[in-house]
Amino acid sequence: MFDTIILLLDATLRVATPLLLLALAGLFSERSGVVNIALEGKLLGSAFAAAATSYATGSVWMGLLAGMATGFALAMVHGFASITHRGDQIVSGTAINMLAAGLTVTLGRYWFEQGGQTPSLVGDQRFQAIDLPLAGMLQDVPLIGSLYSKLLSGHNLLVYLAFALVPVSWWILQRTRFGLRLRAVGENPHSVDTAGVSVTWLRYRALMIAGLLAGIAGAYLSTAHSAGFVPNMSAGKGFIALAALIFGKWRPVSVMFGCLLFGFLDALAVRLQGVEIPVIGEVPVQAIEVLPYVLTVLLLAGFIGKAIAPKAVGQPYVKSR
Amino acid sequence: MNNNKLPAWINVLLLPLLNLALALAVSALVFIAVDVNPLDAAQLMIEGALGYQEGVGYTLYYATNFIFTGLAVAIAFSAGLFNIGGEGQAYIGGLGTGLVCLLLGPSMPFWIVFPVALLAGMAFGALWALIPAYLQAYRGSHVVITTIMFNFIAASLMVYLMVNVLKPEGEMSAVSAVFESNAHLPMMHDILGWFGIDFVRSPLNLSFFLALAALVLVWLLLWHTRWGYAIRALGSNPTAATYGGINPKRLTVIVMLISGALAGMLGMNEVMGYSQQIRLGFVSGYGFTGIAVALIGRGHPIGIFFASLLFGILFQGGNELSFEYANIEREMVEVVQSLVVLFSGALSLMLVKPVEKIYLALTASRANQANTQEA
Repeated sequence: MFDTIILLLDATLRVATPLLLLALAGLFSERSGVVNIALEGKLLGSAFAAAATSYATGSVWMGLLAGMATGFALAMVHGFASITHRGDQIVSGTAINMLAAGLTVTLGRYWFEQGGQTPSLVGDQRFQAIDLPLAGMLQDVPLIGSLYSKLLSGHNLLVYLAFALVPVSWWILQRTRFGLRLRAVGENPHSVDTAGVSVTWLRYRALMIAGLLAGIAGAYLSTAHSAGFVPNMSAGKGFIALAALIFGKWRPVSVMFGCLLFGFLDALAVRLQGVEIPVIGEVPVQAIEVLPYVLTVLLLAGFIGKAIAPKAVGQPYVKSR
Repeated sequence: MNNNKLPAWINVLLLPLLNLALALAVSALVFIAVDVNPLDAAQLMIEGALGYQEGVGYTLYYATNFIFTGLAVAIAFSAGLFNIGGEGQAYIGGLGTGLVCLLLGPSMPFWIVFPVALLAGMAFGALWALIPAYLQAYRGSHVVITTIMFNFIAASLMVYLMVNVLKPEGEMSAVSAVFESNAHLPMMHDILGWFGIDFVRSPLNLSFFLALAALVLVWLLLWHTRWGYAIRALGSNPTAATYGGINPKRLTVIVMLISGALAGMLGMNEVMGYSQQIRLGFVSGYGFTGIAVALIGRGHPIGIFFASLLFGILFQGGNELSFEYANIEREMVEVVQSLVVLFSGALSLMLVKPVEKIYLALTASRANQANTQEA
């Protein structure tokens, strides 16, 4: 039983990692007032770029770089449309999601001729598990030993990076001048403009951060979590992350718990497949799968707490008003 | 949005066409990137979509779907609401249509099954829009986010229903039983056959006429009724609309219900017309294409009709491409579609300023010429 729980939590960490990176990406962009439903597309696009580059160069680091560059580029498209030309942020995000879904498979087919997949990645083309110091020695210590060496140790670098980025994001948002302005521009862009700070440049910077973070998430998906790119492998993770962002009320630490909760549900759904539970019977996987969405809708409806979005989110900024 | 100094024909016709041309130009670059001559591809697509009867049938069959989902997006948009949940509403709507066909098909004649299936599709689609609509109107939760969530909930619900409830014993893939023949929509080749016109077999069916009727009805509703006026007023200036005595909450719910019902009609074409059974994932992105259709069509039924035709040609032409080229599949169409959404939607304001400049320069020089001639 204890081992099962450890395995479940272990899987939770792995599934929650891309959600967390994406949700933090969404956090920066939405706190600056730019709705980011393009997370899904950025994830997919950068996952493909990372796997393709990693395969071509044999180095996962080049893959990571390519993933981040792709996330960045897609974020700039989003910015160009929705900040520079004041286009509808939802429409722009939808376009990016469609573009990534179509372009990855089209290019994948052309380059690798495997129906849109990249070839399997091996060895240095992937991120490998890292054993934390003393993990081997502490293994046999009851409770703490297995918690440390089985649950916390043995993940790849990006998992640790994702969780380390939570306090970093908090610090940037709450303790730096940039963070203060970023939050202000998402609540009341006019006040920021009046203070002589460029709304456009602030929002662009927020989107840059978002693009890079989403790029890391994509690289994680195809070069760490899986061994290669598969068409449509993002499978709605971008939207679950969006849900977690709302669930965490646009605050880094709460968002992390949201991601862990949704990651746990995902891991649980896999575990419970075909398992009979006393009294309830077999729980349909789909019932667990929809929980993140249902919980988010309930939260949005104000039935469990209240999620209040940044005030200026979704509105293009028009200077002269 | 339209407070520029341009005449209507530039705003309504030239700018959308320029945006579309830009999207197609960038698409051409993608074709070049995968070693396909874009002109060859365009020729192949147009011939495949319009060059022979079966191709035309397929083109119009796809267009039927896009008219439904495009109208669904457009009518919500005219009230200032972004219904991104057409995908889920169409899915659940198709379930309603399919259930009626399964339940009434064995015992009832077509003229009963047909209207009930239509109404059930509309009701199920509307119902799936109701909760997001209610939450938007009365609890202030954003309709974009809730409809996205409802798309996923619909997808999971359908997987569950297909696998656990609707799949007949011994069936391997996730499909329902095939409907009895009196729960099939008449196919276009049969309908034309009654009038002595020969038309080759294609998936085109009676629901094409339903789509045309929907276009006319939405046009009448939006521009020739009090409700339509209220809807457009709410969309262009909610404060003024409220001041003018319109109840924005009630109207929001009503508009979303109509939008969901329109999306729900997609099942008539896909489920009762084309596949004659419920299949897993039959909506396959048509709901999202509706966004593109509504954007290029500028939310007007006439525009939506032509935009639907355009996407019908793209989809059928895309099929033709995938036969001809080994490495090209339907995703290529998705790329073109995404670029259309980007340029005609998100970047729709990009060309306004430059076009305005050129137009003003041209008219100014013409006026100058006229002045000098007079003098």
